[in-house]
Amino acid sequence: MFLINCPFCGEREQSEFKAGGEAHIVRPKQPTELSDDQWAEYLFMRKNIKGIQFERWNHIHGCRKWFNMVRDTSNDEIKAVYKMGEKPPVK
Amino acid sequence: MTKNLRVKSSKLVDETYRISFKFNGTTYYGFKGDTLASALLANNIHLVGRSFKYHRPRGIMTAGSEEPNAIVQLHNGTSRTEPNVRATEIEIYEGLVATSQNCWPSVKFDIGGINNFLSPLLPAGFYYKTFMWPASFWEKYEYFIRKSAGLGKSPDVPDPDIYEHKYIHCDVLVIGAGISGLIAAKTAAKNGFKTLLVEEKSYLGGSTIYQDSEFFKINNQNSASWLEKEINEVKKIENLEIKTRTSVAAFHGYNFLLARENLTDHLPIEQRENKTRQRLLKIRAKKVITATGSIERPLIFDNNDRPGILLSSAIKKYADLFGVACGEKNILFTNNDSVYETAISLIQKGIKVQAIIDNREEIDSKLIKETEKNNIKIYKGYTIVDTFGYKRINSVSIMKLSKDGQKVIGSKENISCDSLGISGGWTPAVHLFTQSGGKLKFRDDDQVFIPNTYPSNQISIGSCNGDFTLDEILINTPKLLKEFLNIKKTEYENIEIYSAFNKSKRNIWLLPSNKIVGKTKSFVDFQNDATAKDIKLALREGFRSIEHVKRYTTTGMGTDQGKLGNMHALGIISETASSKMGELGTTTFRPPYTPLTFGTIVGRNVGKYFDIIRKTPIHEWHVENKAEFENVGQWKRAWYYPQNGENMHEAVQRESKAARDSAGILDASTLGKIDIQGTDASEFLNRVYTNAWSKLEIGKCRYGLMLNEDGMVYDDGVTTRLDENHYIMTTTTGGAATVLGKLEDYLQTEWPELDVYLTSVTDHYATISVCGPNSKKIIQKVIPEIDLSDKDFPHMSFKNSKIGKVKCRVMRISFTGEQSYEINIQANYAKSVWENCMEAGKEFNITPYGTETMHLLRAEKGFIIAGQDTDATMTPIDLQMDWIVSKKKFDFIGKRSLYRSDTIREDRKQLVGLITDNPEEILEEGAQIVADMNKTPIEMLGHVTSSYFSPNLKKSIALGVVKGGKNMMGQKLIIPMEKKQINVTVTDPVFLDKENKRLNA
Ligand SMILES: [Zn+2]
Repeated sequence: MFLINCPFCGEREQSEFKAGGEAHIVRPKQPTELSDDQWAEYLFMRKNIKGIQFERWNHIHGCRKWFNMVRDTSNDEIKAVYKMGEKPPVK
Repeated sequence: MTKNLRVKSSKLVDETYRISFKFNGTTYYGFKGDTLASALLANNIHLVGRSFKYHRPRGIMTAGSEEPNAIVQLHNGTSRTEPNVRATEIEIYEGLVATSQNCWPSVKFDIGGINNFLSPLLPAGFYYKTFMWPASFWEKYEYFIRKSAGLGKSPDVPDPDIYEHKYIHCDVLVIGAGISGLIAAKTAAKNGFKTLLVEEKSYLGGSTIYQDSEFFKINNQNSASWLEKEINEVKKIENLEIKTRTSVAAFHGYNFLLARENLTDHLPIEQRENKTRQRLLKIRAKKVITATGSIERPLIFDNNDRPGILLSSAIKKYADLFGVACGEKNILFTNNDSVYETAISLIQKGIKVQAIIDNREEIDSKLIKETEKNNIKIYKGYTIVDTFGYKRINSVSIMKLSKDGQKVIGSKENISCDSLGISGGWTPAVHLFTQSGGKLKFRDDDQVFIPNTYPSNQISIGSCNGDFTLDEILINTPKLLKEFLNIKKTEYENIEIYSAFNKSKRNIWLLPSNKIVGKTKSFVDFQNDATAKDIKLALREGFRSIEHVKRYTTTGMGTDQGKLGNMHALGIISETASSKMGELGTTTFRPPYTPLTFGTIVGRNVGKYFDIIRKTPIHEWHVENKAEFENVGQWKRAWYYPQNGENMHEAVQRESKAARDSAGILDASTLGKIDIQGTDASEFLNRVYTNAWSKLEIGKCRYGLMLNEDGMVYDDGVTTRLDENHYIMTTTTGGAATVLGKLEDYLQTEWPELDVYLTSVTDHYATISVCGPNSKKIIQKVIPEIDLSDKDFPHMSFKNSKIGKVKCRVMRISFTGEQSYEINIQANYAKSVWENCMEAGKEFNITPYGTETMHLLRAEKGFIIAGQDTDATMTPIDLQMDWIVSKKKFDFIGKRSLYRSDTIREDRKQLVGLITDNPEEILEEGAQIVADMNKTPIEMLGHVTSSYFSPNLKKSIALGVVKGGKNMMGQKLIIPMEKKQINVTVTDPVFLDKENKRLNA
């Protein structure tokens, strides 16, 4: 079980958090102007990487804030956590 | 048969304290400190069970948690019976009753034993190959298999014991209190680390604590005495907590570990009352030091599984620690120096060693010399090729090994014995290390897997790290600790060590025999009866991956997870397939390391503490008025209120009729309520609902549908505009938490620029809904000051008001199709307001109704229940609710998905009404809907989602989803049931009052 460093609360048990899928997928500003394929790209297509992955997490049983995490999915090492809207601190 | 095999001078047992226990119906005696295994051995009992597949007699084989055979059922009354207990771990207590498992009708006469003679017919994959075909025979096979392969019985009444969970946070966790674990714990604690030391046994010191010979010395004392002094010091250290009888079950990522602390299992039954039996420790450690030791390997030769065959180290341990001789004529068989330690121990205690058979040709060490001095015959370069004796070994056949170790040569010689100790070297116990994600490397010198890379802040030390000898441990452990703990010095720097152990070893995974492999039974997995022959067969049949071979042969799949034989399985695969051991990898070790009880896993979360129970503030009234309850998520909701012995159907029919004829009252407090404030609140609602919100006047209510981004409906409810920048949203009872979560998600991540604040107020307000033609009169009596005239307070509007001095909100909204008012009031006043309504409604026969009637009434009106009439595949268009989807709005969540090529298909499942030809016939919810019974395969068009008998329409009504249903109005369809077919007609989903006359009346 991870020990996650919430950018607002500090280190907490993973059981306080909810994973929210891939990060940095921006909702299109004008969805109505997109083709079916372009909309499907936003809606369904996720990377599911083995290795460094950027993810959304929510401190659901804590401050309820969403934030981003960089995690190596091959060994579960959390490389960084950062607030929504901030640039990832690692590549 | 019964003999006393006790020898003097044991370390652990208290011979002044006699304990009686029962095994397979006979009473025996042991001493305090004995395990069930040591006590049985002292009574000359080796045969304790039958093997799983062949039902071969099996005996105690080890002295620890790796035991594959001595698995027993404990009987402490019917509620405390426990299967799968290892006799080598359970400490005896007065009144212990145990029986053998996996034998029927008895351990001495076992019907399944016939499998042993049928064994040429029971090769690897036998169960897969045979019992799969023909499928119809499975029931017969199953009866036979279950009857003869009983793996213990679980209790069939609730567990009366108390279990609990405890969190522990520490700087350093040390797993295992052998010599290296003790050194580590002492060093860590003395350097200021808050340290926890856990040990699965009842005592500290591991195997060194009974290593008291002149051949192993530390600072000129024998190693056992040196360690005893260390232990005495360790016990006095303040920031060091020691937990014995505590076994680490799982080592997860980020140094999170689960351990089971056993508190009462060793106590006499009467001393256990009101005490916690077992505790699940949830440990988060900054640093973990694994010192789990190593497990002796068996040797793989023909008939290596007879009762009386034990690991050589177990024989030594039973003699040294428990004062028990495993036999009176012992033979030891080895490929390394370990058995000579055993031999010397046995000699010192006056136990006879008949002979030693050593794979190695040229050997020389102080231990061997000492053994030879005692006139014990050592057969060098020999191997055992067979053993004899059905329920107890009585002799072995030996032959000379060829130079390359691949064949046997010369003639056979027989030696009699009553016990055989075997040693194939040592396997580091790396289970926990690999569970944590650690990667192993293979050390070719002595053919062992040892830790290579650590995934978290941890190290392995001692023999689980491949340091097997006393000098290796005492030299390497302090070095590793200094680096790991970042300290300059330990107290073990200038220590003097003397170890007579010579590390030479002759590793042969499968020992050769004078018979071909196909004719031998050389067991690799003793619990699951997997033999070397089975593994070779799996390879011949094309299996290559160790994970596949494991499943096909069931090697390593028992409750012992193959702690003894996994390495040999790998070795045999590697030799047969000519691949390198290091490249094969190992199978995955999964938690728990040793089995856990269900009680430990659930802790206190049993009975009424199983899950949170949410009750409305009016709950007690429902209880007093004999409501039946239904669970909706964690909520207890009044389901219906039976009167005068009514069944559910009768009660619901009465309640439904009363609600439409005069007045009904419903506790709707469980609906989710979200308070929404901020200057962008209207814009926010525009984006999350399908319809338009900007123009909703203050004081008005509106129904809304929420979609996922994929266009599918996931929740609905009425939202009221309380003020310019203030709304109150209601959600479904079950959807409250997810809706709030979703709204917060969009606000924080997609639209952080919006000025909107969300607060869950579900528990703060209670909601009382009064409906029916007389609802207005009742509300007027309860709230005299409010103007309820249709002109001033029309359907879908709201007013602030007061009941006495208490503020309340009244909404005129309806989920039943009747004129209906909802009073929202601070929760603690709710019960009294409810009682006011009941009193005021008395003259109108006001009838409390539950969720079942609510569902029926809304179905009459064709209102959907999100989650019942919808699943995650229904768009608003599929629900025939096109009217609620704004065409003008630029965007809302899910809008773009409503015209994807898939969502605009005409033949999607769509919501329709269904009327049965026979008005008395009620459809079953979930029943399939078809059009043509003659075409095969029959095409399933959809299913029934809601179905009731309507007392107001006096006929059966149903909602369902049907492919292309929108264009099927008036069409006949069929509901095929098990014994009949029901004919239905597709209709509009609104069955009652299409014109909404009743709402506005
Ligand atoms: Zn937080």
